[in-house]
Amino acid sequence: MRRTADRVAHGVFLAAALLGVIVLLGILVFLFAYGVKAFKEIPVFRFLFGTVWNPDAYGTKQFGLIPLLWGSFLTTLIALMIAVPFGIASALFIAERLKGKVRVVVKTMVELFAGFPSVVLGFFGLVVLAPLITHVFHVSSGLNLLNVSLLLAFMSLPTIISVSDDALRVVPHSYREAAYALGATPWTTALRIILPSAKSGILAACMLGFGRAVGETMAVLMVAGNAPIMTKSLFEPVRTITSTIAIELGESSFGSAHFYSLFALGAVLFLITLGTNLLAETLIKREKRSFML
Amino acid sequence: MSLPPTPEPLNPGTPEPLPRAPRRKHFASNAGFIVLAVPLAAFLAFVIYMFVYLSVNGAPVLSWRFLTQAPVNGMTEGGIMPCIIGTILVTFVSLVFSIPVGIFAGIYLSEYAANNVLTRLIRSSIRSLAGIPSIVYGLFGVALFVSALHLGLSILASGLTLGLMNLPWIISTAEESITAIPSSFREGALALGTTKWEAIRHNVLPFAFPGILTGVLLALARTMGETAPILFTGVTYFTRELPTSLMSKFMALPYHLFALTTQHDQVMKVRPIAFGTALVLLALVLAFDAVAFAIRMRLAGANKWQV
Repeated sequence: MRRTADRVAHGVFLAAALLGVIVLLGILVFLFAYGVKAFKEIPVFRFLFGTVWNPDAYGTKQFGLIPLLWGSFLTTLIALMIAVPFGIASALFIAERLKGKVRVVVKTMVELFAGFPSVVLGFFGLVVLAPLITHVFHVSSGLNLLNVSLLLAFMSLPTIISVSDDALRVVPHSYREAAYALGATPWTTALRIILPSAKSGILAACMLGFGRAVGETMAVLMVAGNAPIMTKSLFEPVRTITSTIAIELGESSFGSAHFYSLFALGAVLFLITLGTNLLAETLIKREKRSFML
Repeated sequence: MSLPPTPEPLNPGTPEPLPRAPRRKHFASNAGFIVLAVPLAAFLAFVIYMFVYLSVNGAPVLSWRFLTQAPVNGMTEGGIMPCIIGTILVTFVSLVFSIPVGIFAGIYLSEYAANNVLTRLIRSSIRSLAGIPSIVYGLFGVALFVSALHLGLSILASGLTLGLMNLPWIISTAEESITAIPSSFREGALALGTTKWEAIRHNVLPFAFPGILTGVLLALARTMGETAPILFTGVTYFTRELPTSLMSKFMALPYHLFALTTQHDQVMKVRPIAFGTALVLLALVLAFDAVAFAIRMRLAGANKWQV
């Protein structure tokens, strides 16, 4: 009886763990199965390399991925240009200087912000950042690339800080002791010894920050202006993959080419984030391995 | 709640304190660190400013009526009660799914998983799931729950979509908390002739409970604020009736805030209600976060404040 209970428990736990694999495969299968249906009407080539996204046109409806991909990458890259230096500096300070309760409180605030509802952040961008941008730069609308990038920078910061801090923390103490023994100051040690030793972990942090920003939907949707153009200025509206799905899934009729094309967009987004995450995972493993002498 | 006694540190893997630097006056060194502190201070100041701003603008709207009434006059007046109820229901459904599955998977990974290809596949899948954008979960929810399983636009479809999304968060904190229990706890029970499951149930899970609870509360808080996964799986702009079953459509706080600021035809007129909604949502999220962190602080306190 007890042995049976033991075996049943083992089976149940294994099944629960396997569900993780099944869900991942399920997402992959459903997105691709639905996405592929779009290509009955839309040529794959026109989808992947088309430069116009206009699914509501009276004449030929156009489903070009390029402007949306451009929007997603542009917003994310500008966000990372802000968030990466901020994030690494913050993580280095937290890892090297903060101890005890202060450290717990600061890390708590960072982590807390990671779980902040993105719709509230989008609302903040709409009511505070947008008027601020119009005022400072004398532009007609604050719903633009700059606003999105600022919000995405804030959203990816917690990820970059936490993961970088972890990466800095696993650098062995012997590195520090050796530097001090040679007469290096704590600052030189942090900058020249600790930071370079943790570089693959920090790179992983930036990639995870990228994944976080590229997949963000609600905040982007609320402040982007959402015109599907090839945005070239910080003050032009921008349209990302995520906001396109969010805007158009409700409008498209179930089973239309338009409806399925949004799943194809989802599949593209899925591949981008999956790729980034797997790469980040490899980098973190590599850092840990490099310290095992 | 009193914490169980911990004869050994809960996290044996945490590093020893940093070695001390040579005691000399390092003006340049200290100056360098002060420069490093600026971005962090700016970030924290932004977080605090945002919280204060939303509180100051949202607080005047809050009243008992605001919390207990339905929206009236095309949502320009009245309260947000149906949204609060919808958010609670849908979060509850998601956790009914993800708590048991998440804890079971956590137990498997920490107690049973051998170091082999299968385990690496499971871990890698779970980490990948955690990185998938919420809108992709929304699409999956439409394809699987709404359409393939014929749940339609409903609390159940939305709740299960959210459940799949928060599952990896719960698994990873559960695994971490269970792994942190020293192996001597298990060995003591096994030496007395218990089965593996009995050892886990009586000598491991009770001690891992506060850690698991922390993870569940953090997942709960994040789930309440999610909009993208429910956008096409059951949330609605306005409904006159409160949900009567799990198959009803529902209103939810995050979507209500989104709708009031971008979909409503009198955006400026409903702005105060939007501020109130934002504050209520934020307060709910932070309340659960606060409880989670209070538990974690006590755990960390038992372990000399190491994070």
